[in-house]
Amino acid sequence: MGILEVKNVSKRFGGLKALSDVNLSIAENTVHALIGPNGAGKSTLLNVLVGKLIPDTGSVTFEGQSVLGRKPHEINQMGISRVFQTPEIFGELTVMENVLIPCFAKRDGAFRMHALESTGREKEMVEKAEAMLIDVKMIDKRGMHAASMSRGDKRRLEMAMCLVQEPKLLLLDEPTAGMARADTNNTIDLLKEIKSKRPITMAIIEHDMHVVFSLAERITVLAQGTPLVEDIPENIKGHPKVMEAYLGTTHGEAAE
Amino acid sequence: MLGLDRKDFTLVLIIALVALLAPFLLNFWPTESGMAQFNAGYPALMQRFAIYGIFAIGFNILFGLTGYLSFGHAAFLGVGSYSAVWMFKLLSMNVLPGIFLAIIVSGLFALVIGYVSLRRSGIYFSILTLAFAQMSFNLAYSVLTPLTNGETGLQTTLNDPRILGASRTAEGGIPVPSLFGLEMNATSIWKIGGWEFQFNVGYYFAAALMVLTFYLSIRLFRSPFGLMLRAIKTNQTRMSYTGLSSRPYTLAAFVISGMYAGLAGALLACMDPLAGAERMQWTASGEVVIMSILGGAGTLLGPILGAGVIKYLENIFSKINEGVLHGWFDFLPEVVKEPLVWLFARFTGEGWSLTLGLIFMIVVIFLPGGLMEGARRIGDLFRKRGKPSDDDKEHHPKPAAHVAE
Repeated sequence: MGILEVKNVSKRFGGLKALSDVNLSIAENTVHALIGPNGAGKSTLLNVLVGKLIPDTGSVTFEGQSVLGRKPHEINQMGISRVFQTPEIFGELTVMENVLIPCFAKRDGAFRMHALESTGREKEMVEKAEAMLIDVKMIDKRGMHAASMSRGDKRRLEMAMCLVQEPKLLLLDEPTAGMARADTNNTIDLLKEIKSKRPITMAIIEHDMHVVFSLAERITVLAQGTPLVEDIPENIKGHPKVMEAYLGTTHGEAAE
Repeated sequence: MLGLDRKDFTLVLIIALVALLAPFLLNFWPTESGMAQFNAGYPALMQRFAIYGIFAIGFNILFGLTGYLSFGHAAFLGVGSYSAVWMFKLLSMNVLPGIFLAIIVSGLFALVIGYVSLRRSGIYFSILTLAFAQMSFNLAYSVLTPLTNGETGLQTTLNDPRILGASRTAEGGIPVPSLFGLEMNATSIWKIGGWEFQFNVGYYFAAALMVLTFYLSIRLFRSPFGLMLRAIKTNQTRMSYTGLSSRPYTLAAFVISGMYAGLAGALLACMDPLAGAERMQWTASGEVVIMSILGGAGTLLGPILGAGVIKYLENIFSKINEGVLHGWFDFLPEVVKEPLVWLFARFTGEGWSLTLGLIFMIVVIFLPGGLMEGARRIGDLFRKRGKPSDDDKEHHPKPAAHVAE
């Protein structure tokens, strides 16, 4: 039994079958990559996992509990965090405040009237946030406006915000999209470091094969809404079905 | 100190000092001089500074922090006034029960309106709150007449029961609202040179409450709760994927700011025990929006500053009628004088709202962060000559596009 179990999930948008009969099991403490050409249903599947979409049929369970019908904040409270394709951060707040918010959310739950506490005096929270910023090498930017940072830094900050909650499952939606090679490599190193520090399960959607093959321990290839193959990276490389799916439908996005 | 860091504590102290010395600070010219009409140091106006300051501080907790622009906050002001006057009629002329009831009732009212309105955000939220306020206004005029006394307005009479107080004073008049015997309209006058300084009980009572509410709002701004409210303004998607539910946060902010408005309404009734439905009209709701934006929404001091500036200008400009203008331009020949008086009369007296509109436009266009942004820019000019500025982003959040957010 994996930490996340997807069973017979189907989703239709009008006449379009986005997902048909998807079965997926993500084992605890592994990095599991979901790849596939455009329109394969990767993002739809991710949106089902975080509660943004409700599938027409099938079940999704996390640690034995169903996630279907729960709101995004409830799913986060179960221990699932998500990094978006375009970084979703609190742009008008400082870097430090951005990291403090998830700390408080983890401690206090979905809502608490802590109107007479002082943010700066919650020592435990501040120390936790600072330690996280040191980990992602952003401590010197703690006072900066989040919106004024580079895209790479925003991504780094978003990851810090997810990781400070110590999620059991981290979902990454194209974490290196639009990044320069150096930034991409930094992100890979960061994720490897996180993985080595404490047990965590990650599910990555990625187009960049360099990232996929540096990180993934297991790969599922999706095409036209169904899983095509699932195997270890070595066996995915050069798999005839995979080659066909990519070369047959797109213009060599996997060529990297 | 008191749960604040030194900088914030100093700010509260300064506000308290200014409030304490206002009768001196606002009395710019001697009573006999021609400029005396520009003085602001008389009780009725100073009371309004403090009361509308409270209203604006409360409004800022909702609008400044969460970005939800309510266009119906006057409803809570009106409900506060009615509640307080009912207490004066039924219980006693002591202001405390009236204020207490006003805060509770307006809080509950805000809970109901907020629960419905906060299902939508942006312009739809604004329209919903506006609709609720106009509904309350019209109900107060029609169906609810037994509660509100319709067009006449609710007022204290000689026949009110006042179980814990007296229906009439020994002289046979209607008693005045008081705080354990201290009558709200009691004023002592202190003459120094040509100046007359007026110390009014009602003003000091309202000012003390304003300082208290200001202190509470700083605490709220600096708390994790305030941080969450600012997070709502910035990114609700990230908020929910961080495990936070934004609805209860916005609702709590809405109720708190409704209670602030209720307190302000009750204080209006304490100064003059009369509550009319026009207090709930949309113009009153719009006024507090203008105060916040003019002063600087989302800043601590901005709303108080905005409330003060608007109430002062309203008072001064309304007073300048054609007679006064004729006096000013008397030295000019008739041909020049008449058109000049005609022109100025459009902007003063009853035309004051035209001036307000112009000021508002100028501020929104050139100082989107309000007067507080202006103050900061001036401060930066001076600081540049000395040390590099230590920019406190929390104090001066980035000016955002307010109106149609």
